[in-house]
Amino acid sequence: MIPLLSVNDVSKRFRGLAAISRVSFDVQAGEIFAVIGPNGAGKTTLFNMIAGALAPNEGTITFAGEKMDGLRADEIAQRGIGRTFQVVKPFPALTVEDNVIVGALLHASTLSAARSIAHEVMSHLDLVGKRAQIASSLTLPDRKRLEVARALATRPKLLLLDEVMAGLRPTETDRIVAILRELNRAGLTILLIEHVMRAVTALASKILVLHHGAAIAEGTPEHVLREPAVIESYLGAESL
Amino acid sequence: MSEIWLQTSTRGKALSLLLLAAFLLAPILADRYLLSVLILVFYFAYLGQAWNLLMGFAGQLSLGHALYLGLGAYTATALWTLFGIGPWLGVFIAVPVAALAGMFIGWLGWRFSIEGVYFALLTIAFAEFTRIGFDHLQITGAAGGLFLPVNGEAAGKWWNLGGGPLLYYYLALALATAATILVARLRQSPLGYRWLAVREDPQAAQAAGINIFRARMMAMLISSGMTAVGGVFYGFYYRNLFPSQVFDIGRSIELILAPIIGGLGTVFGPIVGAIILTPLGEGLTGLVQELGLNAPGTKAIFYGITLMIIISLQPNGVWPWLARRLGLGRETK
Repeated sequence: MIPLLSVNDVSKRFRGLAAISRVSFDVQAGEIFAVIGPNGAGKTTLFNMIAGALAPNEGTITFAGEKMDGLRADEIAQRGIGRTFQVVKPFPALTVEDNVIVGALLHASTLSAARSIAHEVMSHLDLVGKRAQIASSLTLPDRKRLEVARALATRPKLLLLDEVMAGLRPTETDRIVAILRELNRAGLTILLIEHVMRAVTALASKILVLHHGAAIAEGTPEHVLREPAVIESYLGAESL
Repeated sequence: MSEIWLQTSTRGKALSLLLLAAFLLAPILADRYLLSVLILVFYFAYLGQAWNLLMGFAGQLSLGHALYLGLGAYTATALWTLFGIGPWLGVFIAVPVAALAGMFIGWLGWRFSIEGVYFALLTIAFAEFTRIGFDHLQITGAAGGLFLPVNGEAAGKWWNLGGGPLLYYYLALALATAATILVARLRQSPLGYRWLAVREDPQAAQAAGINIFRARMMAMLISSGMTAVGGVFYGFYYRNLFPSQVFDIGRSIELILAPIIGGLGTVFGPIVGAIILTPLGEGLTGLVQELGLNAPGTKAIFYGITLMIIISLQPNGVWPWLARRLGLGRETK
């Protein structure tokens, strides 16, 4: 089977400093794939290359059989990759509804069509009651859900989630985990960066571990989280 | 339009129709002086709408809109004086000329990531060196100015945009009304949403699939084209053009005050701003003369102080506050 997303030998250097070195992995359609690793391991850089915010120095990224590297972020979004930002970026002066409508307008040609897509997405993410609120007045958990809602409204085939659980209380985390599971069951492929291991183990069918910009392990959660190298570099000795 | 109109509250509909009716009937009561003040109100409301589209909606600061105003004015007036092509036809040439200039500046700025204040500097630079260019352009009278005939058979005909104050009054009112309807429609269109997204956060807008360059270029195209129409009006209303006046940075600044005072990024802000500012300027001129304060710049000082007071009291502009007071609900930015 052709993978939905294929990252081949991708490297990225910032002024000679290797942020990502020769990372390769495949994400199959229907999967929830997690990228974990300590701070500074290059996770967000990897994400930014997939989403088109950064161009890789070497290697190729293929999505649904098409070469993606070199395309602009909006062109990649048009081809079906939605993303969230680690530091959330809602449109602050717009209402929750208008934020989501902007995402929906990617494929809806009229405003009323976009509005109905937005309503559907907002109801998935428990945002309908807050739709008239100005985004800048939302609490962090609400803003994170809004970030996911705006990305979902673009109707992506692959959703990139950059630490959407960070800073949330465990109940909030469980809520998002439940939402993501449901979306995945409905056919959405998800690639997530996450520090909250509770969420990773609950969601991911596959895990890639990055350390100093290189992939040090890849596989199922049971397999990866037992690897001595992973425990040493990331999970810490206390989890042994 | 229909959808926007349906979404407007009954009170909002009543008030806007009342205001429009008052303006339509004003010439019955108003004298020549009051008409000339109202013409300026509509003129600044119109230009304010054009500029607000680029700044208030798409988030791009232009301090050089005098360029499009001047190109529109000079193109249409020169076509008439040199080739006998009347303004109703000339406007269709004036608009593309100004829009092309706007698109070029937009392309230069946004293609090469000249953003924010640096983009504003770029717009000033183009207006300034166009002014210098026109100062030496003999065909339009160079620094000596371009004059339209005031008397004569052809000059006074409406199809040559000549005539009494009533012609200019209703023309300016029609321009301001049409611009407001256009801006309200754009605000509620997919393009309008894209502009707001690009203004709020370009990176997030791009991640939502928006081509930010194209969105900004569309805003520039419409804004500069609209401003050129205002320039055609300016040229035929004042009937004389000097590069040092038309392309002056002061011209660019005066046309951005109404939307800033009225409320950036709102549909009615430019109108409210123009209704406040034009009479204020006229009133201060009268007041300064009454008080016998003849020192140059006295009026400008009072004007500046008043603007500072308004902005410090209502940093988001007068309209959002006024709309709440009138019970019209909130017009989101």
